[in-house]
Amino acid sequence: MHTATLPGTTPFSALTTLRGALRRVVDFFRENRLFTGGVVLLLALYLFGLIGLQLISPKGADMGAVPLNLSPSAAHPLGTDGLGRDMLAVMVIGIPNTFKIGFLAGAVGVIIGTLIGLFAGYYRGYADTIFSSFADVMLVIPTLAILITVSAYVRVVTVEIMALIVGLLAWPLPARVIRSQTLSLRDRLFVQVAKLSGENDFEIITLQILPNLTAYLAASFVGAVSGGILASVGLEVLGLGPQNVPTIGRTLFYAFKYTALFRGMWWWWAPPVVTLAIIFTGLFQMSISLDKYANPRLKGSTRG
Amino acid sequence: MRGLDLGYFLRRIGMFFLVVFVAASFNFFIPRLAPGNPIGAITSRMANASAGIENGQAMFEAYRKRFGLDEPIYVQYVRYMWNTVRLDFGQSLSAYPADVWEIIRPAVGWSLGLIGVSVLFTFALGVTIGALLAWKGTPGIVKTLLPITMIGGVLPYYLLAMLLLYVFAFTARLLPISGAYDSGIRNELSWPYIGTVARHAVLPALSIILTSVGGWALTMRGLMVNTIGEDYMLLADAKGLQKWRILWWYSVRNAIPPQVTHLAIALGYVVSGAILVEIVYSYPGLGYQLYLSIVNSDYTVIQGITLILAVSVGLCVLIIDLIYPRLDPRVTYVAESSG
Repeated sequence: MHTATLPGTTPFSALTTLRGALRRVVDFFRENRLFTGGVVLLLALYLFGLIGLQLISPKGADMGAVPLNLSPSAAHPLGTDGLGRDMLAVMVIGIPNTFKIGFLAGAVGVIIGTLIGLFAGYYRGYADTIFSSFADVMLVIPTLAILITVSAYVRVVTVEIMALIVGLLAWPLPARVIRSQTLSLRDRLFVQVAKLSGENDFEIITLQILPNLTAYLAASFVGAVSGGILASVGLEVLGLGPQNVPTIGRTLFYAFKYTALFRGMWWWWAPPVVTLAIIFTGLFQMSISLDKYANPRLKGSTRG
Repeated sequence: MRGLDLGYFLRRIGMFFLVVFVAASFNFFIPRLAPGNPIGAITSRMANASAGIENGQAMFEAYRKRFGLDEPIYVQYVRYMWNTVRLDFGQSLSAYPADVWEIIRPAVGWSLGLIGVSVLFTFALGVTIGALLAWKGTPGIVKTLLPITMIGGVLPYYLLAMLLLYVFAFTARLLPISGAYDSGIRNELSWPYIGTVARHAVLPALSIILTSVGGWALTMRGLMVNTIGEDYMLLADAKGLQKWRILWWYSVRNAIPPQVTHLAIALGYVVSGAILVEIVYSYPGLGYQLYLSIVNSDYTVIQGITLILAVSVGLCVLIIDLIYPRLDPRVTYVAESSG
């Protein structure tokens, strides 16, 4: 995984055989226990949702499906909330939804950011000035404030629209990271050689520069997913998230609204809190172990 | 001023105005791009409220005129920008005809105080913890205990806020649950008043501090490690300077400047976090006011607060950028190629 810093002329050759690639992945996981731990945490949580969905009836997450305000028992392992929903069913459906928003938003943010970063870093000039200034401006404006305004007007209805809105505002950080790396890569020897051997700009960007950005892309993606979940749960806690399906943040919103905290109904607010703690611990572990490869200078700003 | 040339100065000022311009444009276009035309909904809601009155239709037209909705969009845009520059955000919809700025103004003070105090504490704590973690002279027991402060960094602000609220305010009843001061007290500068304000601010501030201090400490440790091998450290040691003097005036002093830039980048996130923390504690700052306006569908107030948030963060970043060359004389901004 040290390709990002190797100025070799054929940085891609080691990946030609499938077995070699597989071994490198295994080695990577073995070397980075922290990263592996993070992945295991997230996978376990996701599987909880996935397997749970086969075992429970999703009807339990509808309002009024079960008696109100029951503490945990054999029939309702996580109790029921003040709206007559089985908390286990709510969590089982909510967890994959929260993952979905985070990953979609992260993907949208990283894809847009990468395109802009590659373009600005490779071609430089006016386009770069405009894009970079815009990215800087977007980094200054508190994203949550814009998201709140958008969500207040759009009244988000689906998980996908939510993810799209969050993702559309998540590109500046990836764009900056990718741009600065592209700037330094474009003048390296292997890019010069490729240029002399007649590759066009598109080939150079996709075949020479992009493979060398793997570590940065991975780090940006983890950061963007983390930021996406952070922002979307924040919006949901405000009651601005998807209205039609249970999400972790919306569960917290209801717990708040119906003062579960002060009524001693810990089974209402504790499951979402614990879930979020696990998600962010996992993502945090992944991001700090990737930081080592990607951006030693950007440490600590992974909360974006 | 050394290292601060006119070009750098102008670029930063220009950047600030760009931030204000972009934020204001978002504010203008988001409502107009949103499906279902909320502005129309607002005016018709206001018209409905006066439906019992004669000439409802005429009133509706009057409202449309009042908000300038009968004019072409570029005229509306220019007028909106001009009003924004004068801090005229129009009138509140839920508390019509109160001025939006009149509603926002008291909240600004509370938020400024809460965020300002938290950021200063976070900065001081983060720098100290990071410095002690990297320093050779730190006692082993301190070094093993310090990483505990980083646990909070994993949680989002609002989660830690809820947990602290539950433990210290609800269960242990040590600190107040909500608000910024006791209700029975006179709003004037007296010791009891300062006391109640401070007591109410502890938990919200703590939520912000505990969640962000870990990140600061980590970067600070990294920056400190860079200074350890430097020649001036060796010289300071050879001169026989006291250990704490070497730590603070040689090592920390040289490691701090990048942390200040980090502050400029992190400020936006801190403000986003503070919005949610204020809501958890019903703290009467901008975040809580924003929440109330969302609940009341008070769109003009929402817009006003969003803009104020963007402008104040932009302003802080501008100030940090301008004082930065003074903090780090090694850096000169003469003929810097790109931002």
